[in-house]
Amino acid sequence: MTQNMTQYQGSSDYIVSDELRNSINIAMALGKPLLIKGEPGTGKTMLALSIAEALGKNIYIWNIKSTTKAQEGLYIYDTVQRLYDSQFKDHDVANIKQYIRAGKMGEAFQSSEQVVLLIDEIDKADLEFPNDLLWELDQMTYYIPETKETVKAQTRPIVIITSNAEKELPDAFLRRCIFHYIAFPDPEEMAQIIKVHHPNLDKRLLEQAMETFYMLRNIPNMQKKPSTSELIDWLQALVVGGISPNKIKQDMPFLGVLLKKNEDLDTLLNQLHNKTQTKVQSRSSYWNR
Amino acid sequence: MFTEFFYYLRNFGVPVSMNEWQSLMDALEMDMAGSSLTGFYYLCRALLVKTEAHYDRFDLAFASYMGDLESPEGLPDKIWDWLNKELPPQEITDAMRQNHNQLDIEEMKRMLEERLAEQNEEHHGGNRWVGTGGTSPFGHSGYHPGGIRIGGNTRNLSAVKVAGMRRFQEFRTDETLGVRQFQLALRKLRQFTTRLDGARQELDLDATVDQTCQNAGRLELVWARPRVNSMKVLLFMDAGGSMLSYSRLCNQLFTAVNKSNHFKDLKNFYFHNCIYDRLYHDPSCRGSDYTDTEHVLRTCDSDYRIIIVGDASMGPSELMRVGGIIDWDLHNEQPAIDWLKRIRQHFEYSVWLNPLPAKYWEWVEGAFTIRTIGQVFPMEELTVEGLERAIAKLKSRSAVGEGTKVAKR
Repeated sequence: MTQNMTQYQGSSDYIVSDELRNSINIAMALGKPLLIKGEPGTGKTMLALSIAEALGKNIYIWNIKSTTKAQEGLYIYDTVQRLYDSQFKDHDVANIKQYIRAGKMGEAFQSSEQVVLLIDEIDKADLEFPNDLLWELDQMTYYIPETKETVKAQTRPIVIITSNAEKELPDAFLRRCIFHYIAFPDPEEMAQIIKVHHPNLDKRLLEQAMETFYMLRNIPNMQKKPSTSELIDWLQALVVGGISPNKIKQDMPFLGVLLKKNEDLDTLLNQLHNKTQTKVQSRSSYWNR
Repeated sequence: MFTEFFYYLRNFGVPVSMNEWQSLMDALEMDMAGSSLTGFYYLCRALLVKTEAHYDRFDLAFASYMGDLESPEGLPDKIWDWLNKELPPQEITDAMRQNHNQLDIEEMKRMLEERLAEQNEEHHGGNRWVGTGGTSPFGHSGYHPGGIRIGGNTRNLSAVKVAGMRRFQEFRTDETLGVRQFQLALRKLRQFTTRLDGARQELDLDATVDQTCQNAGRLELVWARPRVNSMKVLLFMDAGGSMLSYSRLCNQLFTAVNKSNHFKDLKNFYFHNCIYDRLYHDPSCRGSDYTDTEHVLRTCDSDYRIIIVGDASMGPSELMRVGGIIDWDLHNEQPAIDWLKRIRQHFEYSVWLNPLPAKYWEWVEGAFTIRTIGQVFPMEELTVEGLERAIAKLKSRSAVGEGTKVAKR
């Protein structure tokens, strides 16, 4: 019940929706890992940092790559160093303990106070990776056969896991998580988020930019929709470039900041072209009738 | 405690297990729902739903469960309290209460009809006529605990309404999506040779270093068997006129299949409406640029995975008759259906992907041929979810043979 006392309320530089805050608090109260999914650029990684900051806890970040093995997060037995030492005979290599190094997850377990553990982009790893961590995440304990030691977390860390949905995660793993999908912010939430990053923005510039931005996002068949972080960069570019708000919608300056794929630029041009075309067509078909 | 909801979820296709249900009970015990129905909704969703693809199903299940509740026994009192709290705080007088004697839907419909007959002008406010505001059971933006909303917007988003909005519809995996999603689905189509047989040809560097270190420096080489994907794929695509409207979708699949470089072998062929004795090398399906279907059957062994893409809609004669082929200058000795059965018999792992949405299969012009071909090949619609199901079928042998047996009789 003591866990229940600490509640996350969001932090100064991170806007959190009610739904997400709910999910975080549920995960913390039940002591389960929180699995966060969402479009790129919706602030999945930032969330863990924000939680750590708001609750005043240390954070351990374990970045997952395609070659990462589950074991690496727990500990590494540095056999090469041991071999190296043994050849110079100035170390006592009999004590294996000095060659066991804790991974990020291991460090989080060994910490004496509660910490935040971020397992970033878990879907990058091999398909079996999440399954290899089931026991460790459930029991928050692992065994080191080389030293016959068991490491047990003194306080359950707050575990945040992010995924970009590149791979389907195994069911057994999902069952142990609290799941939250960060929906793309609607214009109101977006305005709040932007306020955090650009507090003194011209109102008219913001309005025009947002309108253009959501127009772009709503074009069907976009391969990579522009995301929050791209909008923030774009606004920066607009401010630095001294673009007049009236020109944004018409000229769409610095479009390369928002659209990163050639195909998407083509789709946009097609769309704009078609609009003018259909206008002409509808008029001519009216006359043909 | 409202166990029925559990079954609602499962019926709507949200795979909930007992573990998760137990967690929900624990969470409710700890009062995590924040004593509101909205809180309860988010709590359930966070604990019971594990992918955004199921958010929509969850919303449907939740709305239908809350909507279907007839007797208060279905829910604990606490939740009924929340339900009541969700309504906008308005002054309720005795007179208003009298108006609210729980009316049942039939009676309300009847009353609505009567009132529509009597009423001939706009009303806003008040407690009887159809209009906005006020406390009449009919109209919108007003207050009546069990009224009928006519047009307008909901004033207060209760959880049931949030669920009813179905904001997450676009994440359904049965929607058609892009190349990347297809590629991801295709990635599942792999079968590695095991590490148990074959020659040990690859130096396992990590294990060698490990083993050498364990031996305190005495070199010990460790060899491993390489693992390669043994999946071989044949892709047959319909290039007929009726496929034009699905060209974008088919292109996406085609690109995805060809980008997936993890297959041991991949061959593409095209056909026009249905497969006869020739399989063409390019989509125009003309001239001498073809391979005999017979030849493909002879040279490709039966562990090739066959993916046929086509709308399977054609004239019955094209499928069933000798000489039914649609091209004027060609003639077929064997009806197309025989070719299809032969292909199915030879290639045990095969599926038919149909770009037509499955809900139209019964109703479109080609319903007969869709049904007939569906008896030969397992047919799935060409969406990400359909492709995933198809791939699951391509991996296992179990479903094979059923179709042909039925068709043979």
